Amino acid sequence: MSTTTTAADFDVHRHDSFGLRLQHALHGNPVLGPLAVLILAIIAFSIVNTRFFAAANLSLVLLQVTVIATLALGQTLIILTAGIDLSAGAIAVFSSVLMAQFCFKVGMPAVLALLLGLACGTAMGALNGFLVTRIKLPPFIVTLGTLTIFFSLNSVVSNSETIRGSDMPHLMTWTGDTIAIGSFQLSYGSILMLLLFGFFWYALGRTAWGKHVYATGDDAEAARLAGIRTSRVLFSVYTVAGLLYAIGGWILIGRLASASPNVGTEYNLDSITAVVLGGTSLFGGRGGVLGTLIGALIVGVFRNGLQLAGVEVVWQGFAIGLLVLIAVSLDQWIRKVKG
Amino acid sequence: MRRLMAATGCVALLLTGAACNRGTGEPVVGLITKTDTNPFFVTMKHGAQSAAEQQGLDLLTFAGKVDGDNEAQVQAIENLISYGAKGFLITPNDSKAIVPSLDRAHKANMLVIALDTPVDPPDAADATFATDNYQAGKLIGEWAKAKFTKDGKTAKIAMLDLNPNQVSVDVKRDQGFLEGFGIPNGDPNRIGDENDPRISGHDVTDGNEEGGRTAMENLLQKDPSINLVYTINEPAAAGAYQALKAAGRDKDVTIVSIDGGCPGVDNVANGVIGATSMQFPIKMAELAVEAIAKYAKDGTKPQNTAGKDFYDTGVQLITDDPQAGVEAKDSTWGKQNCWG
Repeated sequence: MSTTTTAADFDVHRHDSFGLRLQHALHGNPVLGPLAVLILAIIAFSIVNTRFFAAANLSLVLLQVTVIATLALGQTLIILTAGIDLSAGAIAVFSSVLMAQFCFKVGMPAVLALLLGLACGTAMGALNGFLVTRIKLPPFIVTLGTLTIFFSLNSVVSNSETIRGSDMPHLMTWTGDTIAIGSFQLSYGSILMLLLFGFFWYALGRTAWGKHVYATGDDAEAARLAGIRTSRVLFSVYTVAGLLYAIGGWILIGRLASASPNVGTEYNLDSITAVVLGGTSLFGGRGGVLGTLIGALIVGVFRNGLQLAGVEVVWQGFAIGLLVLIAVSLDQWIRKVKG
Repeated sequence: MRRLMAATGCVALLLTGAACNRGTGEPVVGLITKTDTNPFFVTMKHGAQSAAEQQGLDLLTFAGKVDGDNEAQVQAIENLISYGAKGFLITPNDSKAIVPSLDRAHKANMLVIALDTPVDPPDAADATFATDNYQAGKLIGEWAKAKFTKDGKTAKIAMLDLNPNQVSVDVKRDQGFLEGFGIPNGDPNRIGDENDPRISGHDVTDGNEEGGRTAMENLLQKDPSINLVYTINEPAAAGAYQALKAAGRDKDVTIVSIDGGCPGVDNVANGVIGATSMQFPIKMAELAVEAIAKYAKDGTKPQNTAGKDFYDTGVQLITDDPQAGVEAKDSTWGKQNCWG
């Protein structure tokens, strides 16, 4: 810590160093850092392999991150309130299995099965919210418990059976259908995901609810004293996140053209990775959904780019882990900004 | 539920002062699988249960929580020792770490049979009942070679493996395939060290659909001329097929796989998978339970298949496009004999 509280510090803004200006810019706009990483990564991989920067490959990256990005959207809301959700992937996979079972085993009409599946996901999120706000347990503990419960119920309900898309109504796999813009293949799932990001970008930035979410995350006690019903805000956040995970589950069915109970064990942590890389602070109150979208794309670009560059799989995980550490260090540094 | 009721019954008996030794009085045998969610192990459990009923044995089943969970398997062995079991079958989650527990079981005069996955060293178990994974890979390699030779095509191969850990099952299937296809495979204990221009690339799938799809997508980007796909198992193959379909390549790319699960055999019938090597988990479990029954009766220990360090439970190529010189059964036979 080189700064002191002498009068000379008032001059800091007039002839500040590049580092300080960068620190202020990032503090004002947390998306800049991740965006720079994404652009640099795209440029670097394009130089390494000419195949990388092609519409078909870029659309593939978007397709590959769609499920994780949708989960990370819900995760962002929770992390903004200084919480964490370890059960995100479990809710998504369990919801997808429930939707498929409602169709295949129970024989429900597709729309009903879908809505019921989404409702189940929402209820799972609401259960997390209830335990956090009413029983006052730390989110980490709550979601660690429900993670285990949901994965276990998932095995019970599915009997470890994968249900194929061809055995389900088309609505179930609809999210996997694509429209082509030239050689750019956009799936309905990706469009849905992007619309959701747009919606929550608006909701967080422009509505009272959004302001309350940030305020609760920044300082829950101050927010409560200011008249915000923080419990209600938290409950809404966990519930909405549950719905988003269930939508992610629906998109997952489309991507795999089947509902498999054995996928997604890594989605819980992957969704947190995307949020952290997107510049949202794990300590709450700072960040946003645009950053998360970029964070998810960074993971996708690295996985795809390193594969095209012929890097061994073990080192791909290494690179992404390193990025996470850099992102968290950056967050700590930005928080030290003055003013 | 039944287990819960049995446990409740036991507690009730204890409360009334009666000894609670699981009632039946039949010799106890154990089955310890890697997880109880993978259909392969679920099938294995069913096979062991019916065999135990026939042999008049009382079967107790245990499983790890996730693949790699050694702790739960150690606990299971401790429980079996305290139940006075005659022996058990185990699919080790950690081939090395489980060995001290197996030694304790031997001290308690139990027969230990490794099922599907060998322990390390192999003689820490009395016998290993398993699929010859190298042979399973070799069969699909030979089939693919015959098909590509007949069609006069040069292969560009995508290798979809399990994970980065060089697990023995993964290595054997991968290397067996390469040998069957006639590609020199360098160090037979390492995946990915060969540099034959016919191999377009390797990627890992975690043995599931999502991993299979992503890996195939990335390899197709790397080399769009891929026309032959080796997959570690049928879920990975199903994922790879989705990627090929999305790229409009599902008609001109051949997928080969290993497992013989019913969804996989369906995929052979539908033309999604060109050929698959079938394993026999039910037979594996039945034979092993019989071996323990025999040991419980007269102390005879099972013998390995001649020339191998395990008891080979067999592997069968399933395809609807048979090739000269490669023995195979069709998908109709496959459906009658598949598992899961």
